[in-house]
Amino acid sequence: MAQQTVDTFEGLLARGERIEPGDPMPEAYRSALVRQMAQHAHSEVIGMQPEGAWIGRAPSLRRKAVLLAKVQDEAGHGLYLYAACETLGAQRAELTRLLLAGAQKYSSIFAYPTPSYADVGTIGWLVDGAAIVNQVPLCRTSFGPYARAMVRVCKEESFHQRQGFELLWTMMQGTDVQRALVQESVDRFWWPALMMFGPPDADSAHSAQSMAWGIKRHGNDELRQRFVDMTVPQAEALGVTLPDPDLRWNPERGSHDFGEPDWAEFREVLAGRGPCSTERLAHRQRAHDDGAWVREAARAYAEKSSRVHADTSTIPASVVEPVETRRVAERLTTRSEEKR
Amino acid sequence: MSLLDDGWAFGAEFADPLASLDTSIPDGVDGALLAAYALGLADDALVAAQRMTWWCSRAPELELDLAWANVALDLLGQARPLLVRAATAEPALVPALPAGSPIPAEDALAFFREPAGFRNHRLVEGADADFAQAVVRLLLLSTTRLAVFERLRHSRDQVLAGVAAKGVPELAYHRDLAAQWFLVLAGGTEESRRRTVAAVAALWPLHVEALETHAVEVAAARAGVGADPADVREQVAAVLGPLLETAGVVPPPSGRARPAATGRDGAHTAEFAPLLDEMQSVARAHPMGRW
Repeated sequence: MAQQTVDTFEGLLARGERIEPGDPMPEAYRSALVRQMAQHAHSEVIGMQPEGAWIGRAPSLRRKAVLLAKVQDEAGHGLYLYAACETLGAQRAELTRLLLAGAQKYSSIFAYPTPSYADVGTIGWLVDGAAIVNQVPLCRTSFGPYARAMVRVCKEESFHQRQGFELLWTMMQGTDVQRALVQESVDRFWWPALMMFGPPDADSAHSAQSMAWGIKRHGNDELRQRFVDMTVPQAEALGVTLPDPDLRWNPERGSHDFGEPDWAEFREVLAGRGPCSTERLAHRQRAHDDGAWVREAARAYAEKSSRVHADTSTIPASVVEPVETRRVAERLTTRSEEKR
Repeated sequence: MSLLDDGWAFGAEFADPLASLDTSIPDGVDGALLAAYALGLADDALVAAQRMTWWCSRAPELELDLAWANVALDLLGQARPLLVRAATAEPALVPALPAGSPIPAEDALAFFREPAGFRNHRLVEGADADFAQAVVRLLLLSTTRLAVFERLRHSRDQVLAGVAAKGVPELAYHRDLAAQWFLVLAGGTEESRRRTVAAVAALWPLHVEALETHAVEVAAARAGVGADPADVREQVAAVLGPLLETAGVVPPPSGRARPAATGRDGAHTAEFAPLLDEMQSVARAHPMGRW
């Protein structure tokens, strides 16, 4: 039986077909996927904080709307990805518990601070840019629900990247102080953005197996190179300097040579000792704790409603429809889509 | 940016979200009156949106992060053309900026006015003590604003009529969202019920205040461009009454004397100046900035 499971799974992989939740799959494949998708979902949710901190201070109403819509999209990405985890039986509440307990990780980049409004643009340009390079191949990843979620996530991330670049571009047309803010922000985010592709392939714990299973399609180093080659001309057009003295075009390779990120710093951040690691988890924990009574109320109300149908007949129908007839989440995500 | 088009994963284009507005003032309407009226409606939406954005990354559930952001985006979308309307009807309202500043009128109004220049109701300016207050505040705001906007669809002013026509379905959704959560929280656990009752008690006087008639609103209604809140009181009560009754929540008696001055006069609570300090801090640091 076990032999047949492996054959079928490998047969699907060999034919380049998607693995769907009901298909047989090795337990190690299932747990590797849950680990990766949960980490991705957590990154979206924790990633709301560094930029979300600037929504209240956005310097124009248009920028406020753009930033709010972007951070909202990140919450939406978190939802799709938790839903993808649920197709493999991993519940959002349990994954959240593991995040808060430090047992599951989120992207290293969100452990860095955002002390300037220019960081909103830099995160869009460099961080979302790196995320896109990482994630576009995931649209062809072997697990169907993950691949389908990534198609939409990538479209939205691409939109965010353009908005981030456009903010920096506009600031570069502004005052000297604004131009200095952009350069200072790029200086801080360049190396952490390169670290987003993970350690060199030789040191990557999960890469080889993930490649064999078709979860990953490209090595960390290949994607990092692709990002550098894509970003250098954009930096030139923007008029900013990338803070790497070793960065130069190599005509023989047809690519840019570039310096090595500080991998010791990367390991510290991954170990939960980044500049803002404590703050990010504390923020998430506080929101989780403060919201506990609301989630309990929703559960209690749903239980009561399933026993006794609440009499809402005296309320005009246009004001409120019975809550239990509709799933709020479905409605909201549909609405968010309409706004695009 | 066209030179970079090849570098993006999925094409590139950026559209200005502000559509062109027909800003001619209707015959016989005083521009200063129209501006003052539009400013009150704009500030209600702007300040409410500013408070709601606090919940983004702090809501009890991811779905609520999304929902509150949606509502705040709708309200920002209402505030912006209303501010433009105020600025075009009465340019003297727009705070002066250094010569050559690229900052548009809507942002000059949002980020460079002092607290006393804001005309929002005090209902929208307080920080939510908890999620029950967020729900009750949204319920009260959206119910009254929806009733006003339904009338404003017939305003003689094309900008107000257009903003209202677009806003009515948005506000109907906000009211629906808030009403559903109101029932859930009032009927959920003992704690959620206690918090909901407390939120109604705390916010109800400010709701009553928002339904008071102000001289600007009376004049705007008479000129055929605005709506008098007094005219929507019954409609608002017909919505909130049965909802509160179903939830078993009794509003406090509205015996408090009307204050001499309200938010519509520029009189605000102690919480308002710190809200503006935060909202305006970056914009004010760069009066010649481009964003």
